[in-house]
Amino acid sequence: MKARVTVTLKNGVLDPQGKAIEGALKALGVDGIKSVRQGKVFDIELSTKDAVKAEDALRQAGEKLLANTVIENFKVEIND
Amino acid sequence: MKTAVITFPGSNRQQDVMRALQQATGTAPAAVWHGDHELPAGTDLVVLPGGFSYGDYLRCGAIAGHAEIMTAVRAHAARGGYVLGICNGFQILVESGLLPGILMRNAGLRFICKMQHLQVATQNSDFTSLYKKGQVIKVCIAHGEGNYMADEHTITALEEQDRVAFRYCHADGTRTLGANPNGSINDIAGILSENRRVLGMMPHPENLIEDIMGGTDGRGLFASLAKAA
Repeated sequence: MKARVTVTLKNGVLDPQGKAIEGALKALGVDGIKSVRQGKVFDIELSTKDAVKAEDALRQAGEKLLANTVIENFKVEIND
Repeated sequence: MKTAVITFPGSNRQQDVMRALQQATGTAPAAVWHGDHELPAGTDLVVLPGGFSYGDYLRCGAIAGHAEIMTAVRAHAARGGYVLGICNGFQILVESGLLPGILMRNAGLRFICKMQHLQVATQNSDFTSLYKKGQVIKVCIAHGEGNYMADEHTITALEEQDRVAFRYCHADGTRTLGANPNGSINDIAGILSENRRVLGMMPHPENLIEDIMGGTDGRGLFASLAKAA
């Protein structure tokens, strides 16, 4: 079973890296960029075939390590 | 005082802090490896040194915060033992939940390595008892992620409970524009736990303990600790 955990900064948390990327994109002349907020993507393979167990494991992974919930949210997607 | 310094893969200031502890306590600290399961019996103070544990992968301090030895460090802190986290050690303390908040990327996005003045914000701790409240000390900083942040409730609690240990300032002690190198809220450079036995700070007092290194203002912290136990 494959899954993706996406970690993003919570709304309102300053994202200087996103700002720098936004500035660079504008400097490159890429049109129509309004704003950029950056985050992280984790592609995870699971040994279980049980979607409920997988979701549970991924939530634990997100809370314990992948995201720092002081400033970040995470989203779990199970792909198959 | 019995001290122990933990080395994680990527720690690089462990020798500096061991030297400072030896100078202050007259006894060599125990060197503890991140994969160890326990601290030497009778340890009073555990130090998490500066560096780049696990290459700062994921987030600074995130992986070290879950290292084997951290279970013992958490138990030590729960017993009221002293814990000092410097720079990456501070990042590890917030990631492991021993201190609140988080250290974000510096507001200016650059890694900053320079001498830095700090205001001693409280004398009321065994880490700062030999300094005077409001005293300005000169130490150094070397970090890319030192921008302290926490939710409003946490910041209010830190301020009301006198748990800010150090703030960034100019040489004359003022905190006007330019004093804060990294964007930390309220110019916070170091904070204490609720029981005042855990201190996390971004600056490096361990590097300012010899005249030949440009000053000795860092000695007060280690001398305060040596006096405490």
